[in-house]
Amino acid sequence: MILFFLSSALFLGWSLGANDAANVFGTAVATRMVRFRTAAIFCGIFVVLGAVISGAGTTDTLGQLGAVNALGGSFMVALAAALAVLWMTKAGLPVSVSQAIVGAILGWNVFTGSQTDLDSLIKIVSTWVVCPLLAAIFAAVFYLAARRIITRWPVHLLELDAMTRTGLIVAGAFGAYALGANNIANVMGVFVPAFAVRSIDIAGLFTVDSVQLLFLVGGLAIAIGVLSYSRRVMMTVGKGLFRLTPVTALVVVMAEAIVLFLFSSQSLESWLLTHGLPTIPLVPVSSSQAVIGAVIGIAVVKGGRGVRYSVLGKVVGGWAATPAIAAVLAFLGLFFLQNVFGLNVARPMPFRLSEAVLERVSAEGLASLSLEELKGKSFENARAFRVALVNETDLDGADMSLVMEFALSDSFVIVPELIDEFEPSLLTVGQTDALRSLEWRSFSHEWQLRERLAEETAEWALLPDDRENHQHNKAVRYRLRHVYDTFRVPSAEQGR
Amino acid sequence: MTRIFAKTKLLESQIDEYLNDTSQVGLLFLEAIKDYLEGRLEEFESRRQQVGELENHADELRRDIKRQLYAETLIPESRGDVLGILENTDEVINAAKVTLTQVSAEHPDIPDELDADFIELTDYGNRAVQELVMGIRAFFRTAAVTDFVHKVSFWEKEADTVAERLRRRIFAMDEELACKIHRGSFVRHIDTVADQAEDVSERLSISAIKRSI
Repeated sequence: MILFFLSSALFLGWSLGANDAANVFGTAVATRMVRFRTAAIFCGIFVVLGAVISGAGTTDTLGQLGAVNALGGSFMVALAAALAVLWMTKAGLPVSVSQAIVGAILGWNVFTGSQTDLDSLIKIVSTWVVCPLLAAIFAAVFYLAARRIITRWPVHLLELDAMTRTGLIVAGAFGAYALGANNIANVMGVFVPAFAVRSIDIAGLFTVDSVQLLFLVGGLAIAIGVLSYSRRVMMTVGKGLFRLTPVTALVVVMAEAIVLFLFSSQSLESWLLTHGLPTIPLVPVSSSQAVIGAVIGIAVVKGGRGVRYSVLGKVVGGWAATPAIAAVLAFLGLFFLQNVFGLNVARPMPFRLSEAVLERVSAEGLASLSLEELKGKSFENARAFRVALVNETDLDGADMSLVMEFALSDSFVIVPELIDEFEPSLLTVGQTDALRSLEWRSFSHEWQLRERLAEETAEWALLPDDRENHQHNKAVRYRLRHVYDTFRVPSAEQGR
Repeated sequence: MTRIFAKTKLLESQIDEYLNDTSQVGLLFLEAIKDYLEGRLEEFESRRQQVGELENHADELRRDIKRQLYAETLIPESRGDVLGILENTDEVINAAKVTLTQVSAEHPDIPDELDADFIELTDYGNRAVQELVMGIRAFFRTAAVTDFVHKVSFWEKEADTVAERLRRRIFAMDEELACKIHRGSFVRHIDTVADQAEDVSERLSISAIKRSI
């Protein structure tokens, strides 16, 4: 059954390979500097490596946007995104899987009445502007530098050709790696919360966790997409918008690769953090946007002549249409899955203002009479609860989110056998001991479990969200999510 | 990787060799005409033979360069231009060779008073060829070919002026018309070398614009 659900993600991976990944080597192949076969092989290998080795960075952001928490939902979200992508490809527009998947997750959120994390949404949508802009700036700077270098240090045409060729392959491989790392979350991200955490031992040599295995499979699907169907897109990207020379093709690939890398490198993020510099959000961005930004950047520096603005307009229109189409498709698809096939597309996330919740809320200084009136009431989903909060209370946005976080009902039992199944490398000794001390205890809210664990050891404690604690909190949240997923007691409805 | 760069080096040296051949043909052409006009027929024939050998060698080089450029899909953007330039340069070599062959076969009777003008005409043709060769070398490195193209054009015009003067002088002579027409045809043949060089240089300037990144 899991394999069936994954099939839509593999379909999405394939279309990402056929479209987004084609962008990386598109200019190289279109200028005939690199053979299609060479490009496809390099691209395939490095996409898989990037996905498996550094894929985790951007998954968190998608996870925050909306935690698609049932396989049926994940299936439909991926399928809707893949169909939107396919549709756009048929229309001849460079596709952005990133936008499709965001649209599809929003569709899921609306359908299930889940809350959309506005911060994450803004973070992602702003990169849709920042990413092409950044690529354009990089490309313009690289182009000017390349022109200066070539004028100042004359290189023989043939040597320049050989260097450009080598540069294209190196930069393209780097770009493919960054694309794999950055975009694998688009393909497999929605399946991460739905998969249990188990490590797999490969011939006793090394272990991969389930996420890496998931990313490996997704990476392979992308690679197959590149090998089987990306040729036409490569030609379109490299020639459709603006005529590129081999050197400018290299500039485009370099600018794109760097932008993808910036948005997906966890090591860069921690380096920036330790040096007190502003960080770049780890968000899945679109290679189409990066490439088109880079091409336009060069065109502007060259005086803006020769750009086909009609093509550009269509492309940008496609970027706006993709998430909308994906959202609608996801909504309709989820409706069908749930009502026609009786599939479970979301784990219920009821809200309940119990005594304990009210106590906890007042500890935060948020006690209000109006909240007391909702005491003991249950709400089916986030939307219903939010409507009640808006109508019955005078809480503002931030406080409301806090109340919602505390009121989210769940059910956890710390089963000792499940502690044993934890991957030893995932938790510290102190964290494992803290879990053991809570054996057979049950909790009805995530925060109860979290705070109880933090009482046992500071290693489970979330520190104030500032730059210094960023990495610590990120690691703790990642582990907490695995703890929630492991010890959650499935509701009756879930077993359906 | 090293394979790519090794091949590039080989091809580079072949193109250099081809341009050396072209330059040498220009120099030999001038010396051969001088030899003929000054009655050193043995030396003339030896130089004519050398030009023939250089032409064959250049042809082989050009074919090999063409084969490599296409087989290895090198310089995809400039390949057509480069081959066009090399092929047109071949026409310059041909013009020199054909002229010398005709001189050898037809033994035109050039009176001594025209020697200086004939040598001047040939010299300008040679200068145009030398500037063209330098221009092509520059094309491969910097794409800054304007100065060379300008000089080729200058020497071609100088050659035209001398050719016209020569023709007027020839036809003003009190000789048989057949003889005058025969001498006139050699003026035209020698002048072709500069004309061909100018044709290539024009193509070169267009290719240089396309070459800029």
